[in-house]
Amino acid sequence: MARVGVFVCFCGANIADFVDVNEVVEETKKIKDVKFAINYKYMCSDPGQGLIKQAIIENKLTSVVVAACSPRMHEKTFRRAISEAGLNPFLLEIANIREHSSWVHQKDKKSATAKSCDLVRMAVAKSIANEQLHEISVPVTKRALVIGGGIAGIQAALDIADAHIPVVLVEKSPSIGGRMAQLDETFPTLDCSQCILTPRMVDVATHPYIELIPYSEVIGLDGYVGNYKVQIKKKASYVNFSSCTGCGACSQKCPVKVPNEFNLGHDKRKAIYSPFPQAVPNKPVIDAEHCLMLTKGKCGICKKTCEKGSIDYDMKDEIIEREVGAVVVATGYELYDASPYEEYGVGRFKDVISSLEFERMVSASGPTNGTPIRPSDGEIPKNVVFIKCVGSRDEAKGIEYCSKICCMYTAKHAMLLHHKVHDSHAFIFYMDIRAAGKGYEEFVKRAQVETAATYLRGRVSKIYQKGKKLIVRGEDAQIGQIVEVEADLVVLATAVMAQKDNPDLARRLGISYDKYGFLSEAHPKLRPVETSKAGIFLAGCTQAPKDIPDTVSQASACAAKVCGLFASDTMKKDPMISHIVQENCTGCQNCIRVCPYTAIVTEEIPIAPRSTEMRTVAKVNEGVCQGCGSCVAVCRSFAATLSGFTDKQIINEILAI
Amino acid sequence: MSDTITEKIVSAENPSLEAPSDWQPVIIGILCNWCSYAGSDLTGTSRLQYPPNIRIIRVPCSSRVDPWFIIKSLQTSADGVLISGCHPGDCHYIAGNYYARRRFLVTKELLKFVGYHENRVQFSWVSAAEGPKFAKVVAKVTEDVKKLGPLHKYRKEDLL
Repeated sequence: MARVGVFVCFCGANIADFVDVNEVVEETKKIKDVKFAINYKYMCSDPGQGLIKQAIIENKLTSVVVAACSPRMHEKTFRRAISEAGLNPFLLEIANIREHSSWVHQKDKKSATAKSCDLVRMAVAKSIANEQLHEISVPVTKRALVIGGGIAGIQAALDIADAHIPVVLVEKSPSIGGRMAQLDETFPTLDCSQCILTPRMVDVATHPYIELIPYSEVIGLDGYVGNYKVQIKKKASYVNFSSCTGCGACSQKCPVKVPNEFNLGHDKRKAIYSPFPQAVPNKPVIDAEHCLMLTKGKCGICKKTCEKGSIDYDMKDEIIEREVGAVVVATGYELYDASPYEEYGVGRFKDVISSLEFERMVSASGPTNGTPIRPSDGEIPKNVVFIKCVGSRDEAKGIEYCSKICCMYTAKHAMLLHHKVHDSHAFIFYMDIRAAGKGYEEFVKRAQVETAATYLRGRVSKIYQKGKKLIVRGEDAQIGQIVEVEADLVVLATAVMAQKDNPDLARRLGISYDKYGFLSEAHPKLRPVETSKAGIFLAGCTQAPKDIPDTVSQASACAAKVCGLFASDTMKKDPMISHIVQENCTGCQNCIRVCPYTAIVTEEIPIAPRSTEMRTVAKVNEGVCQGCGSCVAVCRSFAATLSGFTDKQIINEILAI
Repeated sequence: MSDTITEKIVSAENPSLEAPSDWQPVIIGILCNWCSYAGSDLTGTSRLQYPPNIRIIRVPCSSRVDPWFIIKSLQTSADGVLISGCHPGDCHYIAGNYYARRRFLVTKELLKFVGYHENRVQFSWVSAAEGPKFAKVVAKVTEDVKKLGPLHKYRKEDLL
């Protein structure tokens, strides 16, 4: 005989204002199996949980229903609470009367109350069919995969490796370093990006616990937390990295010149190239699209030049596999292509450039050795207009979010411009100055004072050419007038965007992404580095725009999560997985065909006890099963069942309405 | 199935049983945990309002949904059923929603064949980020089922 206890939460005013919680309790008490029902202001609080525990013991409850927020929020909390009172944690059911009732029917208390009563009835009916379940232990592969070798990936890899956990670091491009390697000086301290980044890049390359796999991509991930198998495609570099010394003779002799992506096309690189002088690993790769030997079959100069014989034109893409227990995704960001802003003449005027192009120009290692120039005629610009929020916060362009870093780096750019060209003047069109961060507001103030930059609050409506100059027409909202600025150079602070291939990657990894393509965290506040898939974590701009300090913090948080996961040799796994009742199994193997994880295998069992004749039945591999329930729905003989979501539980819910 | 045939089948849903004026349909929503349930939570977190007729049941994946659940719902209390899962290609369990999609197509044909109007049972794909879409889907399903009136076909109480 079931003895169910029901605990209705006010959630402060969140539920109580829109649902009559007293009526819910009264209605609940009428249900046959309910032996105890009560409401309380905050069930999740310590006294709330105490109330539940006490009631379990006093009323000898056999299952518990908490009518509160979404089970995605507090299921774990309440499971723990009831287990502390001696009840199996899986005898808990949650009636989601907040997200599914009080918050969505705020104008109709009567209906919301009636619906809440129904939701409680359903949960009670389900809980009666709940069974005691026990967590499953599975072994853990103590090796982590880090995808992306920017500052986020570097930091995560180093932190994990420093805990003596092996790390596989996969980087798409020929060198690690990412966006940060392209930056000149960084806010708010103006320390040189290269100087703080490159030592860490070297640390990665030399760390005994890090296996660096550059010029490669993750193409597949199988398995589950603690036991993933990852497929990595090593792109053909046409250079044998093990014998190459990185002397650079090949690049010097290569006759092909192509625009250099690292400097955003402001200078040229060769067809055999290393992306930048401080690259790690400092080994060149051949760009198969432009190499004469690979496209036309003639040239071969690099092969003749290489004393080590490291050039191999016949190299093919290679697929390798690694076993890992956890994954950190740190694929970074890309910048918005501003060409939809036709009014700014993007693409039409050579002297309208992006902020990253400006960054490369003022960088000592950049295409102009640190001097900002006008791309049209190579002259040094005097009046420079910076336009913020190009793409960002522009609903018309489909980007509603703030890119977070532009206010800061534009202030920095104004400073760098002032340092490089003393008689220059910066005009900055902005919407708001967002400088929240340690030392950030002070930095913006410092930039304003030191450079005497003109900050104009308003949007730019048009840029047109007048002689050699660009006329920037915009609004100064503070004086309520249209202003025109004669500019030598215009720098657009373009939006931080998710990597275009994020959705593809997310699908390969089985995690989710938002409407902009940023990968989704499990909870925006309380689980900001986890994803919805256990054992996969997010670091840096792959999750949302962020600056270097935040990126590094998140990367270290990922490392802590990975180390925590690997702290014991086995890990507990959710017992909500499938089982086959072999007596009922007819061996049709439908379940095997639909299982996305190949978790079901066949097994030979005697047709009857003590019989020597055998028959084939299905069997679930507990470690592999993820509990989707596909097999249950296709089973014709009711042999497959999914713990926690059995047919009986779901039918009970339906019948309770 | 042509429209005329569908119409004949609809008329088989005994129109002589008039709906009381304050009648409100009951919709059972079966949502996958990772996308649609999370999406419905987001609808709540965003305080987007939708009709209170839906009762939501959580399942791990849309592929867990046995056509039996749909039939049982229609037989007992529901006037309409909504099944929702992750967008095709985005399944948390790799391919579960593909199986679900195929199974629903067949189920839908079966239900039409036995005389249920096709709007009684609807399927949608709502991601964890699509709170507003979930509200819209629920409003539409509720509206569609309201137009069809109370379901009496194969109801136990009506058969007795």
